[in-house]
Amino acid sequence: MPVETWLLFILSYMIVGSIVALELKNILASIVSIGIVGLGVSISFLFLQAPDLAIVQFLFEIFALIILVRAFAKREYHEEKAARVSGVMYFITVIVLVAVLVVSIPVFRALPPFGDPIMWVANYYLKNGAAETGSANLVTSVILDYRAYDTLGEVTVLFTAILGALTILKVRSKKEEREEDEDE
Amino acid sequence: MTVYVLCFALFLVGVYGVLTKRDLIKIILSTGIMGYSANLFLILFAYKKGAVYPILSKGEEIKAMVDPLPQALVLTSIVIELGITAMLVALAIKLYEKYKTFDITKIRRLSG
Amino acid sequence: MNREGMTLIVRTVTRISVWLIILYGIYIALHGHLTPGGGFAGGVIISLAFLNVTLAYGRKFTSRWLDIGLLGDIEASSASLILALGIMGMAFGGGFLANFLSHGKLFHLVSAGTIPIYNILIGAKVGMALFVVVWTLAITRIGEEEEQ
Repeated sequence: MPVETWLLFILSYMIVGSIVALELKNILASIVSIGIVGLGVSISFLFLQAPDLAIVQFLFEIFALIILVRAFAKREYHEEKAARVSGVMYFITVIVLVAVLVVSIPVFRALPPFGDPIMWVANYYLKNGAAETGSANLVTSVILDYRAYDTLGEVTVLFTAILGALTILKVRSKKEEREEDEDE
Repeated sequence: MTVYVLCFALFLVGVYGVLTKRDLIKIILSTGIMGYSANLFLILFAYKKGAVYPILSKGEEIKAMVDPLPQALVLTSIVIELGITAMLVALAIKLYEKYKTFDITKIRRLSG
Repeated sequence: MNREGMTLIVRTVTRISVWLIILYGIYIALHGHLTPGGGFAGGVIISLAFLNVTLAYGRKFTSRWLDIGLLGDIEASSASLILALGIMGMAFGGGFLANFLSHGKLFHLVSAGTIPIYNILIGAKVGMALFVVVWTLAITRIGEEEEQ
């Protein structure tokens, strides 16, 4: 079968999986079913000839599952009304989203067709990448040589996000501090 | 073209979750879905029919290869998404400790 | 059996497999310029190995087995080493983050100049950062259980 048929199958499967994950009542089942989407993306990366990304996406999926389950699964969970908005607004939201999808179809028609990209910059990288950087993996040569600034920015963003998470988790409310002071 | 439309539909499912769900955990999952579809769209856009992965191997002549540039950009994006997920989880846990609920309509002081 | 962590079977399998997982992470990070993978994937694999120990043996054992403060220091120092390597590129190679070492032969492990060094540093940075965050999440849950 051609790649496009496989991708259509995987993508429709992912859409169904994401809707199921959002609509399930049980939060543990919901977290597990989001794995359908993540692993589907990983398989699509393999079909689209991106093995680097498939590895990283697979690991991301495992890591996110562990974080979410550790953080949320054991807490008391009160299931209340499913939707934030009332009935009429809910239907209006769904209708607007479907309308956005229908209206955007001409935009996608204007893009280059699937399987026939514009490769002006890429041709230079593919032709000269191995000779100029000495790296057999051309993705690595782009990340760490041609576009190392991008990686430096990524490291900075990750550092800031982790720093923010640590700060949020370690800060204690004033009430707790007062109680501790009284204990002393 | 159908592939692009389906990928955009996946993005809109994420938007639907952010707009209508009242549970913080499901909002975090919806942002994850939006991130997945954005990454996948970039890679879909770079695929070339009949091309192979952009990694040279010993003793093989160079054939047609797919574009390595979007792959490099998406690789960094996935790792950043992981950091953002960790940060959102930390925020949600702190909110739970303060208000004892994950229901965002009950977290009053944020809505002003 | 009032010990932390999981059953005997999981602990025994973990004791054998965790070293293999760490070895695989190092392999993925070191061969980033030859095969699929690289610093990001290798770092996440190593942090998953530490996470495996945390889940199987519990927090007390892990805090004795690993020096968590040291891991935080490794993370911060690899971030600054990346910057230092970039500035060295400015001094020797003519531009910030330039590849100033010799490229060597294609398909050899020691080749491609500074790319393997960057891969190792990024692996250490990403892996340690993610593990420290999950570790802090685990610590937060301890405090809450004690309150109740």
